[in-house]
Amino acid sequence: MLQLISEVFGRAFDNEWLRRGDDGAVLPAPAAGERLVIATDAHVVSPLFFPGGDIGCLAVHGTINDVAMMGARPLYLAASFILEEGFPLAELARIVASMAAAAKEAGVPVVTGDTKVVEKGKGDGIFITTTGVGALPAGRELSGANARPGDAVIVSGTLGDHGMAIMARREGLAFESGIRSDTAALHGLVESALAAVPGLRVLRDPTRGGLAATLNEIARQSGVGIVLDEMALPVNPQVAAACEFLGLDPLHIANEGKLIAICAADEADALVAALRAHPLGARAARVGEVCADERCFVQMKTALGGRRMVDWLASEQLPRIC
Amino acid sequence: MKYVDAFRDGELARGIAAAIAREASPARRYAFMEFCGGHTHAISRYGLADLLPPQVRMIHGPGCPVCVLPIGRIDQAIRLALDEGVTLCTYADTLRVPASAGLTMLRARAQGADIRMVYSAAEALALARREPGRQVVFFAIGFETTTPPTALLIRQAAALGLANFSVLCCHVLTPPAIAAILDAPEARAPGGVALDGFIGPAHVSTVIGSRPYARFAAEYRKPVVIAGFEPLDVMQAILMLVRQVNDGRAEVENEFTRAVTDDGNLKAQALMADVFALRESFEWRGLGVLPRSALRIHERYAAFDAEARFGLVYVPVADHKACECGPILRGVKAPLDCKLFGTVCTPDTPMGACMVSSEGACAAHYTYGRVRDPAGPH
Ligand code: SF4
Repeated sequence: MLQLISEVFGRAFDNEWLRRGDDGAVLPAPAAGERLVIATDAHVVSPLFFPGGDIGCLAVHGTINDVAMMGARPLYLAASFILEEGFPLAELARIVASMAAAAKEAGVPVVTGDTKVVEKGKGDGIFITTTGVGALPAGRELSGANARPGDAVIVSGTLGDHGMAIMARREGLAFESGIRSDTAALHGLVESALAAVPGLRVLRDPTRGGLAATLNEIARQSGVGIVLDEMALPVNPQVAAACEFLGLDPLHIANEGKLIAICAADEADALVAALRAHPLGARAARVGEVCADERCFVQMKTALGGRRMVDWLASEQLPRIC
Repeated sequence: MKYVDAFRDGELARGIAAAIAREASPARRYAFMEFCGGHTHAISRYGLADLLPPQVRMIHGPGCPVCVLPIGRIDQAIRLALDEGVTLCTYADTLRVPASAGLTMLRARAQGADIRMVYSAAEALALARREPGRQVVFFAIGFETTTPPTALLIRQAAALGLANFSVLCCHVLTPPAIAAILDAPEARAPGGVALDGFIGPAHVSTVIGSRPYARFAAEYRKPVVIAGFEPLDVMQAILMLVRQVNDGRAEVENEFTRAVTDDGNLKAQALMADVFALRESFEWRGLGVLPRSALRIHERYAAFDAEARFGLVYVPVADHKACECGPILRGVKAPLDCKLFGTVCTPDTPMGACMVSSEGACAAHYTYGRVRDPAGPH
């Protein structure tokens, strides 16, 4: 079995480091003045295959994005797999092929990896952990603690597509057909953004917990408040309809191919233009602003003209009963 | 969120808000209660309080099915699963409601109780059919909206002659709850909450129609406007209530004519009358024991009544001492009046039922309303 598996991996990821067959990969040092960024992410998702992607490409994109949100150029990935005994080899091959394709498209090779098989019942099909290494050019200092009152809050596109694609598939909802995960590697988009606005203060990808959770984190880290404008939030009509039906809020739903950027207000237009010029940022929009608020509230001007909190989510969102 | 319509809705809402501001007399106060959790949710979610002039105040009512469920009923359900080994099927909202002895359904599940979340009553029946060796109990809660599906389920179970399926019936009725609020001592005492009118339920009224509210207009002289759950419906209803008060009228008006008729859904009513009977009395959280305010399963279907099948006795249990859910559900207090609000009691660690359901007054205020609170530790 392990022999078969290693053949699957070898064929898919084939590169000079893996071919050597050593315990680790020997990599060149970053250029002078650059620093290393490392990020890791464990991926579990059910279903494993969903409209717009699968756990394989998701594992590649997720970690590349974590590295990219620090302002770094992602260079290499490491991947480890935990497989449950009896996991169908054909599905594994599909997942690995999708990972390899995603890594190739992103230009970030998987240079080392490991696989363990656990007894049946001790794992849920397949878990994939990826670790990414990137190089951070001198002078780039991005952090969730950098937001200042008056700054503009910008998102790179529509909200909630990934989470709703998964949920629709899981619940077997009839309207799932139109909704696709937005899973994508964002380092190219990040480079465009930083080229246009080198003084960008915060970059984050609003994955689990959606825009709401990520903005609350930033507000806490920076000790500021944030006011969103509901009318400015880009949401796919199908996602909005699905949310309405389930009593969910797109602000709380996961994204896997979107970023939040915070910059000085007078640079906001340049940033939105730069994002929109990139295929992954076509629906970028300025959605709110940072304000002084020692309670660190994230709030929203609603479409009807009222105000409300945008809270972290207490627990997993569950559909209402009546 | 209907983003597509949001622009249009925003403009319409501003128009209605302007009319309310123009017509509501600054010389008096208007206190209206939205009975339903669905309305509470819309008001909080869209920040409608900001669109109202200061003399118009909305009070959250008890129409949240999970919030009015007393601890004793949750206990019954948990004991069934723990002691009798039944498989209990329940809606998601009830899972985290605090019960006796520090338990919740979720914690009982961790102790080995077989408690499963379902989206619809029909799922519980399907489970019983699939696994005849398992005793399945459906925990039926809710107002008149969720009652017909439960009735249908019991009829189906009877038609199939299922021996392993029963229902723990905790369905409650809307009109007696409104009467209880109007009869509460606070409502009558001088200086107490004088309610000037009600926004009547949307979905409940599609079932029971608008007639059952007539006595609140006639006997209690309180205007009632039945409204849909969209924020614009709510704004329109508030305007209609202001106008009734200004004109000295007390009528039942229907803003939600696209779904509610005078008679309601007669088929659903007949179904309910066949399967259920009025309970002599029922304990509500916050409102106390109310006569003829809830339903039990009719003797005709006794075989499917979990209370009869398992010989359940109801034991009332007092709420957490500091929890103000009771007065909040009666509209006498607001969430901020509770010492536990936002500190000990949050949606992550709910101490009372009003913090559990997203339609509960405390949860709605915590999740959406705190922007309006005076700065403080919350
Ligand atoms: S804040 Fe919690 S404890 Fe206080 S009234 Fe509300 S639910 Fe009860």
